[in-house]
Amino acid sequence: MQANSATMPPDALLSPYPPHPPLLPHPPLLQPLIALQRVHKQFDNGLQALSDVSLSVAPGEFVALLGPSGCGKSTVLRLAAGLDAASSGTVQAPALLPGRTSETAYVFQEPTLLPWASVFDNVWLPLRLQGRSRADAAATVRQVLARVGLADFEQAYPAALSGGMKMRASIARALVTQPRVLLMDEPFAALDDITRQKLNADLLQWWHGRLMAALFVTHSVAEAVFLSQRVLVMAPRPGRVVAELVIPQPYPRSADFRHSSAFADACRAVGAALSEAHDGPARQLPMAGLR
Amino acid sequence: MRPAALWRSSAWPARLLPALVLLGLLAAWEGVVRTAHIPAYTLPAPSLVAQTLVANFGSLAGSWWVTLKITFGALALACIGGALIAALFALSPTLERALFPVAVVLQVTPIVAVAPLILIYVESTTAALLLCAWIVAFFPILSNTVIGLRAADANLRDLFRLYRATPWQRLRLLRMPAALPYFVAGLKISGGLSLIGAVTAEMVAGAAGRETGLASRILEASFRTETPKMFAALALLVATGVMIFWLFNALSRWLLGPWHASESSRPL
Repeated sequence: MQANSATMPPDALLSPYPPHPPLLPHPPLLQPLIALQRVHKQFDNGLQALSDVSLSVAPGEFVALLGPSGCGKSTVLRLAAGLDAASSGTVQAPALLPGRTSETAYVFQEPTLLPWASVFDNVWLPLRLQGRSRADAAATVRQVLARVGLADFEQAYPAALSGGMKMRASIARALVTQPRVLLMDEPFAALDDITRQKLNADLLQWWHGRLMAALFVTHSVAEAVFLSQRVLVMAPRPGRVVAELVIPQPYPRSADFRHSSAFADACRAVGAALSEAHDGPARQLPMAGLR
Repeated sequence: MRPAALWRSSAWPARLLPALVLLGLLAAWEGVVRTAHIPAYTLPAPSLVAQTLVANFGSLAGSWWVTLKITFGALALACIGGALIAALFALSPTLERALFPVAVVLQVTPIVAVAPLILIYVESTTAALLLCAWIVAFFPILSNTVIGLRAADANLRDLFRLYRATPWQRLRLLRMPAALPYFVAGLKISGGLSLIGAVTAEMVAGAAGRETGLASRILEASFRTETPKMFAALALLVATGVMIFWLFNALSRWLLGPWHASESSRPL
């Protein structure tokens, strides 16, 4: 994004790729749906969670936020969801606009389902909160359940589902309102690798072609590269964006992409940016103390 | 335990064990009374208690019914009152700060000490007994439900905020279901307490009023040294307590069984 590049030192842009890959439908040309400009966030306990963070996500864009734990990735999501307010700077997002219904969906690290409600009732919940009756919402709910592969489990309680199926139900609930913004906070971190790769591929299918702005928090380099068009690398203490890398692989991306040299190259570049973000200050600080 | 597991042959020894222990205790009691020739006015044998119960069942049943009415009436009022007040507290923290101390005062005052006053102020004995039993029974439901209404998962609260749920939707679809296990736990305590409250109040009220409960019958029998009759009335009280306990365990299984960890069949 233009605004983002402007705020970043030139050497932080480690991307070996051109900024606008030719095969993409140029979503960045659309008005961004989520835009953070020079955002600072300090918690009440004095912790500086974010420092001068600028980023934007346009409709149809899939952006990954990558960084070690404690670097403020989740805080960025919460700001974009309107669940927290920035200490300074501006945040623009549909979740902050007034209105009866929300165009933002949020997938938490835990499935966060209502344990007392069936899968159907859990997926119905966002529509129910909009005032839609069970009968009115049933067709939509069943369609989304079928899309995530839970058609046969609509009467099951969450406790009876596996971790991967719970997460599918959680994503179905997020998709049922056809949101314009999809925020995901390490949704697959607790899953085994096979389930995770399957859900990564499925997630791209569910997202692709819907002009949905997706912001995906992860600490996995491979996941960030496989899913997103842009990877924003964050560093901790205070949380800030230190690098932006473009992944030019067109969608739909198949499992073959994981085994391609382009994938390996991208992972290497992202990994280098990540380790620099992580180790850089950590290596310098004790030295400064000794001197 | 699931109904299917109840009927499995391997489940029977575990189900029979408590009954066998109980029968053993009764047999030992019977044996001691018979061999030591303890007079019935000191300690009647279980067989005599059973005979007395059968012989006097007509008159005891009326008293039992009175005690049951007070107990379940007070419990129903405690459920409604406790849950309603908890919901009001949940919607208005100011109200909670203002009124919770009053609830605590009601709870910590020993009911035996207040019951005589209540019997003076409240004209109808039935109403006075109900009030006494209610005071004892409502607090566990109230305090548990208040905690439960605050116990909803933090992420789920964020989700409801994100979807712009109204306070009423939040209460009905998130906070009340999240409070249900706490409410049921309170109910199990209050079930036993309402019986204790009813009996205590009846004891204080003595034989006043036309309709007398089991506690009054125990007092009456003790004045006449009819010890077997005291035991017979006591047996009915114990049966009532056990019945309430079973009832609420079944209710808990029915309400929480499919989803809450407290009713999971997995070993701890």
